[in-house]
Amino acid sequence: MILVFGEIRDGQLKKASLEALSTARRVGETSGLKVGAVIVGSLTEETKESFQRCGADIIYCLSHPLLGSYSSSGYSNALAQLVTEENPEALLLAATAMGRDLAPRLAARLRVGLASDCVRLELKEGVFEAVRPIFAGKAFLTVQASSSPFLATLRPNVFPVVEKASSSLEVEERKVDLDEDMVKERVEEIIRGEQEELDITEAEIVISGGRGMKGAENFQLLRELSALLPQSAIGASRSAVDAGWIDHQHQVGQTGKTVSPTLYMAFGISGAIQHLAGMSSSKYIVAVNKDPEAPIFKVADFGVVGDLFEVIPHLKEELKKFKS
Amino acid sequence: MNIFVFVKRVPDTESKIRINPTSTNIVFDGLNYILNPYDEYAVEEALRIKESQGGQVTVFSVGPDEAQAILKKCLAMGADEAVLIKDESEELYDGWRTARIIVAALQQHYPDFDLLLFGKQAVGDDNSQVPAMVAEMLGLPQVNVVTKLEIQGSQGVAYREIEGAHEKVVFSLPAVISAQKGLNEPRYETLRGIMAAKRRQIPVLPLEQLGLTEEEIKPKVAVVKVEAPPPRKAGQVIDEEITEAVKKLVAFLHEEAKVI
Ligand SMILES: Cc1cc2nc3c(=O)[nH]c(=O)nc-3n(C[C@H](O)[C@H](O)[C@H](O)COP(=O)(O)OP(=O)(O)OC[C@H]3O[C@@H](n4cnc5c(N)ncnc54)[C@H](O)[C@@H]3O)c2cc1C
Ligand SMILES: Nc1ncnc2c1ncn2[C@@H]1O[C@H](COP(=O)(O)O)[C@@H](O)[C@H]1O
Repeated sequence: MILVFGEIRDGQLKKASLEALSTARRVGETSGLKVGAVIVGSLTEETKESFQRCGADIIYCLSHPLLGSYSSSGYSNALAQLVTEENPEALLLAATAMGRDLAPRLAARLRVGLASDCVRLELKEGVFEAVRPIFAGKAFLTVQASSSPFLATLRPNVFPVVEKASSSLEVEERKVDLDEDMVKERVEEIIRGEQEELDITEAEIVISGGRGMKGAENFQLLRELSALLPQSAIGASRSAVDAGWIDHQHQVGQTGKTVSPTLYMAFGISGAIQHLAGMSSSKYIVAVNKDPEAPIFKVADFGVVGDLFEVIPHLKEELKKFKS
Repeated sequence: MNIFVFVKRVPDTESKIRINPTSTNIVFDGLNYILNPYDEYAVEEALRIKESQGGQVTVFSVGPDEAQAILKKCLAMGADEAVLIKDESEELYDGWRTARIIVAALQQHYPDFDLLLFGKQAVGDDNSQVPAMVAEMLGLPQVNVVTKLEIQGSQGVAYREIEGAHEKVVFSLPAVISAQKGLNEPRYETLRGIMAAKRRQIPVLPLEQLGLTEEEIKPKVAVVKVEAPPPRKAGQVIDEEITEAVKKLVAFLHEEAKVI
């Protein structure tokens, strides 16, 4: 069996978990491996349907009163118990904030290796093989597990969600054995920013601004663009963040976030190597820069040489026209 | 407060990365090394806690002799002590092994501490594994990707970055914390600090002295191959009248990227 951790936030199953499930299905099929999903807490009808559509054969629901909110030590303990009982060949998690926090703790507990933030996964003659970017994407590393189960986190937005329903779906409740001193940290509160925003790692479209934006107030232009583009979020270069124009949560790059949206738009960003590190795995890159020599044009699929303060208003108009 | 900080020497973020002829690793010759940027936030945070609550800051690095340079930088920033755990192996991209070495060194030689501070990720291996693995091996609480930390007596509150929000996490000491950008603004070394650090002898703890068997620190993920990233094909760059250029851009968004 290939086991996939289903991450639930605010009662909703993360799309990245379905990406992992679809991947498990794809690689499992060739070797006749079953696909299991595991969640902590109770299963909603909606989550169950999502799992079924993407091909889960079985869903395990782990429950314990101490697991009401996320805790890395509590969750990893619970998952380790299931792994010990079911002996899966592999366990996949999405490389989200939760997955990145949980997976290494779980790996240490199970005494196995971990392939972090993978962008490819195959099962070749019974051996799991994953590819992961290193040195911020300047090199690609292919690794195989030398311990079992194979544990990996998958970069969100890279693996497709494939709907391929399983013929039958079992649901199993599992009680977890835990006591208070095994749950070593507790999430007391989740603090959100003022407006509900899509995170750049989860967006289909990332609209980024750099030093060329010239000031915090001009990020409003990008927000107006964002309102016209579905599933989009605002990104930024480090220069824009360091200038205090926008919060660090929005920074793309080596010391910011790594994003792989369908479309990445760079406005007034030169394309420094540390910036490219965070966005060069995007499917399509569009750059607007007034300097025709800007290095960002070397990676852009579509570049416009021009003043962003002229381009954005035109682009807004054209998008509105296109919509109607 | 006895605070330990774990720091790694990593290639400068501007480095051009070349692959070795056997495609088993990158070429390390000629790279310029720096203190891992996230570890700098960890060192700064340790110093701030010490300054407000008293205590001692010790920095540790697992690596070759050359890693003394980053340890000296930490001393120059204000750390009290530095220890090199000497390991001459080339980068293996394996968090397990590093965590195992750190845990053995702590258990055998430095068992008394209140706080273990790390960077959230070593730029290079880009693993984000060592802090959580160390926490599990030592049975400690962990909070990763932290942008704000408050310690009071034996209790801690850390704010960690998640998608579009922060989690406020409570825990008790001793604990493992990994630093994210935003936690603080690291200080520059003072000239006096640099001069003093230069003269310091850094104690070296050789890997062999930790009594770990080969089996225990054997990498748990095997490197099959290291290669250059798939190249991006050059696209079109439009340098013409803006209205025309934008029309073409919208056509691109619709026909090729298919996002509208
Ligand atoms: C350790 C380290 C880590 C780093 N991590 C990151 C990181 O995570 N992310 C990151 O982004 N950077 C990072 N950097 C910084 C990086 O090296 C660059 O300094 C930064 O990316 C530059 O940001 P920028 O492109 O916005 O600014 P600039 O390089 O100044 O480019 C501004 C661009 O805007 C264009 N422009 C100006 N006005 C207009 C206009 N009106 N219309 C159109 N175009 C215009 C200019 O032609 C120029 O190309 C890091 C650096 C270091 C040393
Ligand atoms: N060789 C090392 N020596 C000391 N600390 C390390 C070493 N490798 C990793 N770390 C610490 O663990 C953090 C995460 O590293 P990694 O898991 O490799 O991404 C780093 O930011 C350091 O704080």
